Amino acid sequence: MKTGAKLLIEGLQREGVETIFGYPGGVVLPIYDDLYDSPLRHILVRHEQAAAHAADGYARASGRVGVCLATSGPGACNLVTGIATAYMDSIPIVAITGQVPTSLLGNDAFQESDITGITMPVTKHNYLVKKAVDLPRIIQEAFYIAGTGRPGPVLIDIPKDVSTGTVEIEPARMETVLLRGYQPTYKGHQRQIDRAIELIMLAERPLIYAGGGVVLSNASGELVRLAEQLVVPVTTTLMGLGAFPGDHPLNLGMLGMHGTEYANFAVTECDLLIAIGVRFDDRVTGKLDTFAPHAKIIHIDIDPAEIGKNKQVDVPIVGDVQNILGEILHKLQKTGYYQNWLEKIKGWKKKHPLRYKDDGKLRPQYIIQQLSSLLEGEGIIVSEVGQNQMWTAQYFCFRKPRTWITSGGLGTMGYGLPASMGVHYARPDQPVFDIAGDGSIQMNIQEFGTIAQYQIPVKVAILNNQYLGMVRQWQELFYDRRYSFTELPPVDFVKIAGAYGIDGIKVESRDQVSSALKTALNTPGPFVLDFRIEREENVYPIVPPGAANNEMIGGNSS
Amino acid sequence: MKPHTLSILVENRAGVLSRVTGLFSRRGFNIESLAVGTCEEPEMSRITIVCIGDDAQIEQVMKQLNKLIDVIKVSDLTDNERVERELAMIKVTADSGGSRSEIMQIAQIFRAQVVDMGTKTLVLQIAGNTKKIDALETLLRQYGVKELVRTGKIGMLRGSKTVKSGK
Ligand SMILES: Cc1ncc(C[n+]2csc(CCOP(=O)(O)OP(=O)(O)O)c2C)c(N)n1
Ligand SMILES: [Mg+2]
Repeated sequence: MKTGAKLLIEGLQREGVETIFGYPGGVVLPIYDDLYDSPLRHILVRHEQAAAHAADGYARASGRVGVCLATSGPGACNLVTGIATAYMDSIPIVAITGQVPTSLLGNDAFQESDITGITMPVTKHNYLVKKAVDLPRIIQEAFYIAGTGRPGPVLIDIPKDVSTGTVEIEPARMETVLLRGYQPTYKGHQRQIDRAIELIMLAERPLIYAGGGVVLSNASGELVRLAEQLVVPVTTTLMGLGAFPGDHPLNLGMLGMHGTEYANFAVTECDLLIAIGVRFDDRVTGKLDTFAPHAKIIHIDIDPAEIGKNKQVDVPIVGDVQNILGEILHKLQKTGYYQNWLEKIKGWKKKHPLRYKDDGKLRPQYIIQQLSSLLEGEGIIVSEVGQNQMWTAQYFCFRKPRTWITSGGLGTMGYGLPASMGVHYARPDQPVFDIAGDGSIQMNIQEFGTIAQYQIPVKVAILNNQYLGMVRQWQELFYDRRYSFTELPPVDFVKIAGAYGIDGIKVESRDQVSSALKTALNTPGPFVLDFRIEREENVYPIVPPGAANNEMIGGNSS
Repeated sequence: MKPHTLSILVENRAGVLSRVTGLFSRRGFNIESLAVGTCEEPEMSRITIVCIGDDAQIEQVMKQLNKLIDVIKVSDLTDNERVERELAMIKVTADSGGSRSEIMQIAQIFRAQVVDMGTKTLVLQIAGNTKKIDALETLLRQYGVKELVRTGKIGMLRGSKTVKSGK
């Protein structure tokens, strides 16, 4: 005889779960009681949102399903932002929530909230478990759904009487999960693959536009081989950074709103766009009709709903990116030479590099560059949201997939610190830096408590401009410098860290940067760096909202 | 932009209808009509939804519906040979002998049935396509329609073709 709580813990273990992030409460007491002496490692966060982000960071860094746990009502509601963040970036997590007993469901009972209803739009699927005997099947399905196809979050809501309820005969584990309404396509359609190859043969100015789907499908190796065999340049989205080595001669960096000028020029002039694991997000395309206006488009993605959603394409190929790139490589004869095109791009790269004013002041771009050279391709970089995120995307050289962890789709401030905790448990061998803004860090700063308690060696580098910098930048550029509610009074983050027992340094000049970064890296355990950067530094270049991608401002061409 | 009739085969589980309808509202689609019921498979239900949109929008909504785990199959019946029916009940004022017999005559022409007869009202039941029901309603207006209830459209392909699982 086993309780539902026991079945849950055992189910998680059978899925290979080792670490979960959670926060207790009334209706999850039975689960916590079983956790107490289970081999699962439970990390007590300080806010449930952090548990969801940590599970998400764990998933992004490891490629496995991350798990978080919260109580009903307020606990479950606190997970929602984290679940939505994972949903927007297609990250596999399983969120487990307690619920009031089934007899009280719908009764406005204490700490009842309809969390399956609330999370319906931000989960790939969710479950309200009615009987303990269903738990093993539901857990198995949840992990399967979260981790396969286009990954995403799945929530399991467990009423208290289900976790205390007992099962006489434990149902056997299903050999394979079979869901008649869920059959993802993995293999690309042969005819479409042939058509794609025909287009590649005909192209004169091809460009690869690669996104998070390449990372999710572990297809970086195939991407590099394709680019090298064809000798075709590659631009990546924010989510795709690291999928193609940042220091590769064919790499054009990021495209879109804060992309490089040469990536945006290339996408505007190319005659074939090979879009891989991307979704033509508005931050990438700018004004849609001027995005890749001369190009035929091949679109490879596992989600059929992404095909033609924003932009009509010529050759859609639905399936797993790794599979499809493998097949294309297998069939491809040509080792292409697009000499003129490559020359042209080389010219743009030379003439329009990313640049900032290097005048001896403490500028954020310099800090990121220093960190990039200090780590030499090691380490995992997490970011918050805002200017800090964009400077990191622009100036850090990401060489490997799953080393850049950021909230792209939802743009969740407060993501970075808790996500870093999950990243650490996924990759304890790697140094982890959270590049933060002074605004973002204060959205989940309570997690200093968690990293202090478990001595999680996360290095928090705050680019402190005493502004909600990205919003201030838009106010400067598009709202006549009217800084409406974007100034933040100075905060001494080293003191805050100190209160939690975490060491830190305040850095106020450029010449202290390198040694401060080294100190952070070499100090065991967590560390906080408070960089007092130039307050009104902007992220450039920028494609103004609604403009075409080649109409960037703040670059070399304007 | 034209009305499309979507036939959606779903798992017969709690919450499925709200997953489906939630998706429509979330993606900015209006549902013109909705009908749900069990079907030939014991653990499935069939939902018929009429919604208006251009081809790209309908395609997107169908793809999004297909992504729902509990949705087994989605078909757009619109461009196929099909039969569509709706059922309506109309409670109409019939307090004088004259109007009463006129209404019964109209009912006969429309092949509507009288399913309830009170001292002051008649309840007519009519099955047919949307236009036919609209036409009957218009004619009955002059007598006073006290209440009208419609089921929402259901549809089926003609011939041996079916909307079945195996998506
Ligand atoms: C939860 C949340 N609220 C609001 C926003 C809108 N927003 C985007 S960037 C930004 C400013 C971020 O400030 P900070 O963390 O200091 O970063 P900076 O831009 O200064 O580097 C804001 C408010 C958001 N992305 N997330
Ligand atoms: Mg700031």
